[in-house]
Amino acid sequence: MILELLNQFMPAEVAFYVELVIIAVVYLGVFALLGLFLVWMERRVAGFFQLRLGPNRRGPSGLFQTVADALKLVSKELTATEGRDKFLHGIAPYFVIVAALMALSLIPFSAELQAFDINLGVFFVTAVTSIEVVGIFLAGWASNNKYSLIGGMRSGIQMISYELSIGMTIVTMTVLAGTIQLSEIVEMQRGGWFIWTGHIPAFIGFMVFMIAGTAESNRTPFDLVEAESELGAGFHSEYSGMGFAYFFLAEFVNMFIISAMAVTLFFGGWLLPFEIGADIPFVGAIIFVVKTLSVVFLMMWFRWTFPRLRIDQLLTLEWKYLIPISMVNIVVMAILVWLGLTF
Amino acid sequence: MSYFKDIFNAVKTLLTGMKITGRYFFVNLFTRRDVITVQYPDNIDTLKMHDRFRGEVIMGHDENNMHQCDACTICENACPNGTIEIIWDKEKNPETGKTQKVLLNHIYHLEMCTMCGECIEACPSDAIEWGQNFHHVTRDRSNLTKSLNRPESILNPNFVKSKK
Ligand code: SF4
Ligand code: SF4
Repeated sequence: MILELLNQFMPAEVAFYVELVIIAVVYLGVFALLGLFLVWMERRVAGFFQLRLGPNRRGPSGLFQTVADALKLVSKELTATEGRDKFLHGIAPYFVIVAALMALSLIPFSAELQAFDINLGVFFVTAVTSIEVVGIFLAGWASNNKYSLIGGMRSGIQMISYELSIGMTIVTMTVLAGTIQLSEIVEMQRGGWFIWTGHIPAFIGFMVFMIAGTAESNRTPFDLVEAESELGAGFHSEYSGMGFAYFFLAEFVNMFIISAMAVTLFFGGWLLPFEIGADIPFVGAIIFVVKTLSVVFLMMWFRWTFPRLRIDQLLTLEWKYLIPISMVNIVVMAILVWLGLTF
Repeated sequence: MSYFKDIFNAVKTLLTGMKITGRYFFVNLFTRRDVITVQYPDNIDTLKMHDRFRGEVIMGHDENNMHQCDACTICENACPNGTIEIIWDKEKNPETGKTQKVLLNHIYHLEMCTMCGECIEACPSDAIEWGQNFHHVTRDRSNLTKSLNRPESILNPNFVKSKK
C-alpha cells in the first residue's frame, strides 16, 4: 500500500528502500509506545491487586508516569563495572531488543497490518525469540559480576527448557491449523476460534502455552533470572540508564508478543466470533489489541498471585509435567484431527 | 496416579489463589472500596492518623495552660538515647509552704528520638503522650530541639499523682 504510494513519485528501487525505512521507524515507535504503555498497565494493575491505586498523578490515570520514568532513565549516566567485556556488554541489550522487534514485525495485527507475512511465520517467531536468550546470557557474562552471571545461566536453563513446551504447543496448534503462516492460521479460525474447535487438547495446549510463555518472558512466578531477592537484578544489575531501559522495555514487549501469539493461535486473531465486524480495516487491529491486552492481563494476574518457584521446582515443572503433557497433547490432537472430531 | 492428582491439585490451588486476587482486582477497579492507601498531599486537611501512631512526644496542656509534669526526671532517666533534658528549680509552694520542684523547661531533642516510648511508659504522672504530627522536615536541625511545656504554663495544682 505504502509502496504503491511511493512508486508514484520515485523510482521503484528507491521506493522499496524508503518503504523499509518507514516501516522500521513505525515499528520502533510502536515498540517504544507499547513498552511504556505496558509498564504503566503493569503498575496500575499491580496497584489494584494489592489494594493500592498505582500511579495516578502524571496525566490521566497516571498514563504519563512511565514516559517521565523513561526520560529520567535517558538522562542518567551510563556506568559500568571495571573489567567488563566492553564490546559484549554494550551489544547485549541490542540482541534482546532486535529479537523482540523482529518478532513484533510478524504479529498479524489485522489482515492488512502485518509487516512481514512469511509462510514460515510461527517457526520464525519461535526462532527469533530464542535469540533473546543470547542477549541475556551475554549481558550476564560480560558484566563481570557473579550475580549477573548466575542470572544469565539461569536464563539459559529456563528459556531452553521452556522453549520445548512452547514449541510443542505450537506444533499441536499447527496440526489443527494445517499451516504455519500466521495470517492463514487466523483465516482458518473464521468458522470458530481454535480454542473452541480444538476443544480439550487446545485448552490444555493453551494452559501449557501460558505457563511456558510466562517462563519465556522471565516474569514472576518464573523470574529466577532477575530474582531481586537473591541476585539483585540478575543479568541487568550492571546496566544503567538506557541499557537498563532496553532490557526493561524488551521484557514487556516480549510479554506482548507471547500474548499476541496466544491470541493468534487460540483466540482467532483479529476475528470476532460469528464474523461480527469482519473485514472492516482497522476494527480488526483494535480487536486484536484488545484481545492481546486481555491475555497480558492474565499474565499480570499470574504475577501478582503466585509465589516464585525455586530453580529445581522450575525444572521439575517443565521436564516432568509440561513436556509429557504437551507430547501426549500432540498425539491426542493428531488423533482428533484424523478422526475429524474437531468442531 | 499421584502424578495426575498432583496436577489436579496444582490447578485447583492456583485457581483458588487467582479467585482471591481477582476479586481484589475487580472490586477495586470498579468501586475502590477496599483501597487501603490514602492520597497523601491531597487529603492533608482531613488526614487523621490512627490512634497508635507515634509522631513525636508531646506534653498535654489543659485549657488553663496547665500541665501535669512535676519535674521528677524519671523520663529523662528512662530514655535510652538521652533525648530528654529536664530543667527544673526548687520553689516554695505559697499554700503549703513546702519546697517543691518546678519544671522550667522540658527539652526534647526530636532528632535523637527513636519513638521507643520508654519515657511515656515511665512517666508516673501521664504528663507526656504521643503526638500525631509527622511533618518534621526542616532545613535546620536546631528546629528539632523542642520545649514540650508551653511558655508560662504551670503545674496543675489539682492533679493527683498516680502511684506507679
Ligand atoms: S520515645 Fe524513647 S527515645 Fe524518644 S524521648 Fe522517649 S524514651 Fe527517649
Ligand atoms: S514528664 Fe513525667 S516523667 Fe518526665 S519529668 Fe515530667 S512527670 Fe516526670
